[in-house]
Amino acid sequence: MTGARRRERWREGWRELRRYPSALLGLAIIAALVALALATPIAIPYGEALAKWRGSEAWQRNPVNAAPVWLDRLTGGDAPRTLVIESETATVEERAFAGGRRLRIPLAFDFEAGGFPSELNLFLRAPGHAQPPFARLTWLTPDGRELALGGYRIGPRERISLSQDRALERRLGGLVPHIGLLAEPGGAAAPDAEPRVLPGRYTLRLDVLVFDEAAAFDAELVLYGRVHGIAGTDHQRRDLSLALMWGTPVALAFGLLAAVGTTVTTLVIAAVGVWYRGWVDATIQRLTEINMILPILPILVMVGTLYSTSIWLMLGVVVVLGIFSAGIKMYRAMLLPIREAPYIEAAQAYGASNSRIVLRYLIPRILPVLIPTFVTLIPTFVFLEASLAVLGLGDPLLPTWGKVLNDAQSQSALYNGYYYWVVSPAVLLMLTGLGFAMLGFALDRVFNPRLRSL
Amino acid sequence: MSSPADLQPEDAKAPLIAARDLHTWFELRQWGFLRVGAVRAVDGVDFALAGGEAVAFVGESGCGKSSLARTLLGLHRPTRGEVRFAGRSLGELQGRALKAYRAEVGYVQQDPYGALPPFLDVRRILAEPLIVHGVRDRAERERRIRAALEEVRLSPAEAFLGQFPHMLSGGQQQRVVIARALILAPRLLIADEPVSMLDASVRVEILELLRHIQRERGLTLAFITHDLSTVRHYAERIFVMYAGRVVESAPVDDLLDHPQHPYTQALIAAIADPDAANATRLREVPAGEPPSLLHPPAACRFHPRCPHFMAGLCDVEDPPDFTPRRDHRSACWLHR
Repeated sequence: MTGARRRERWREGWRELRRYPSALLGLAIIAALVALALATPIAIPYGEALAKWRGSEAWQRNPVNAAPVWLDRLTGGDAPRTLVIESETATVEERAFAGGRRLRIPLAFDFEAGGFPSELNLFLRAPGHAQPPFARLTWLTPDGRELALGGYRIGPRERISLSQDRALERRLGGLVPHIGLLAEPGGAAAPDAEPRVLPGRYTLRLDVLVFDEAAAFDAELVLYGRVHGIAGTDHQRRDLSLALMWGTPVALAFGLLAAVGTTVTTLVIAAVGVWYRGWVDATIQRLTEINMILPILPILVMVGTLYSTSIWLMLGVVVVLGIFSAGIKMYRAMLLPIREAPYIEAAQAYGASNSRIVLRYLIPRILPVLIPTFVTLIPTFVFLEASLAVLGLGDPLLPTWGKVLNDAQSQSALYNGYYYWVVSPAVLLMLTGLGFAMLGFALDRVFNPRLRSL
Repeated sequence: MSSPADLQPEDAKAPLIAARDLHTWFELRQWGFLRVGAVRAVDGVDFALAGGEAVAFVGESGCGKSSLARTLLGLHRPTRGEVRFAGRSLGELQGRALKAYRAEVGYVQQDPYGALPPFLDVRRILAEPLIVHGVRDRAERERRIRAALEEVRLSPAEAFLGQFPHMLSGGQQQRVVIARALILAPRLLIADEPVSMLDASVRVEILELLRHIQRERGLTLAFITHDLSTVRHYAERIFVMYAGRVVESAPVDDLLDHPQHPYTQALIAAIADPDAANATRLREVPAGEPPSLLHPPAACRFHPRCPHFMAGLCDVEDPPDFTPRRDHRSACWLHR
């Protein structure tokens, strides 16, 4: 019976709320963020996310500072994605000779994109060789030219950065190899003309001398694209989508916990002060007044600089500093008339304890007014966390929106034209603010009907 | 039911509740510690109420009636004197004993809407005292809640259990307040102006209900009002209060028909009479304002307004209680 009545009240509240399109939009945004926050730890477990974000080999096939794919496609671009050509898929010719083998590995690929790659790397692995193998590289273009790219002695793990080969650059008429190797010939004749992609089938042929019967040898040619994934990459080739996804649960958890922590403690303390009056109230008021003039951001910066920038420590400091926040003054003003309500006196007369009066009779009376405030409080803490991260006081391990912004700032993303790097975390932050604000304002009208216009 | 003649609490029967030399002063302080005076809300009150007796405390607003009620409820500590309930002093009660006392005394307030928490429904409002007093069993609570609602004639109880206070009429709200006051089965019910904020049409119903419940349960009812006209049918004894003191007390008929104290006489003369002829008659109203409780007049509190003021006596020496008629006490020098 109680359950049914409670359901009925919820349904009534929902009907009321539905009248505000902003509330529905806000709810939709919050629902999407919450869904993302829940899905992220399942898709990318915490430990894995931390390890990846710290920087690892997982990223070495990602381009540096690549824009999101959809952004390029939306603006009508045809920038290349990353191409990885592995020796395992190539048809390897093998000929044995006394004391070793000769391998011919053609790494062939079709290049049709509208732009040049951003980088060209060759990864070679030759583990377990007593004597290092030797490889000779030849570049075959669709129009039949052959370019010798030199020979290399191959260690167990070798990375040949073709893009960094200055000699090759000079031979290509001053074009960096990842452009020169794929450009239409004749670019050097007209140095002012933009090089253009020569579409067709290219091959990087590896002629490898292996001095071991059994040991493996494989190669991987990576033509880094200019676009990557749905969020692009940063200066360390890290996929930004990881930080943007993991930033969601972190931001929501921080905002929610900080809002709950400060609101609940502040409310209870205000109610205790109002109920007991006298020196209890006076002490609370003085503490609040002292706390109100303490600057929270500099204190957080100090804690972060001198002690630790762990997000949970920051959360703790935010909550502790929030306990005696200015909210106490507001709650006190709201609770004072309620304290004198006859029903409180009646409760005393039938023997309700002080704690029961504070928690059951005083606080519930102002809760409806607080719910909208509480909802709009959540994003302010999300912003606070982001601000700290932008100031370089982000959590040392966790990928968060603020840390993405911090990286973008330190790499002068806007100056270099990497707008996506700044805009995507900023949009997520703004969406969070917008969602909670729209819901909060609508709730305010539902719970405080006096705000409604006639 | 006992007739007024039997009611001699001073005699054989031990009183249920008694006040002796009761003072409740509210100290005024400056800067939190400097005493700058005191509001003498209750300033020397003596009485004793027997079990099953219905009495009324009557006086103008600001005479200390409500403070007296709160002192009896144990919500204010008396500054001097004591309240004794069933032989024990209220000041000695601590913890569990004090809580038990709270179950023995029901309280009905003036403003029924304010007296009910607006965020709870009727079932929960009535369950609260039971929960506070450790009635754990839900079924037992539900049974007592329904019984209480039926007793205050809110029936069928079903229809009211899920209602919130704002959904009820003033009269219904006051019935819920009465039900809450009765749910712990008290022996004493203190009703502080229970009908003054209700529509005239429901006043009589509520008063009848209180009187009926009082008789059924054999409750002691302390009924606080400023309205002498309603008292006759709902109380057996009347205490007339003035400036924190009881100036006259007597069985209801005797007091209304033969008022002895000049203040009571003035009050009775001021009762509105529905007779049209009265509209043209000039009334003898007590002149002046009710006295300040911060700086009350010396000696007899009523002397500045009294038509029988005797200089050098009334303003010098407190009048003791005289007994000008049988069972009729009056604190006035006229009776000496």
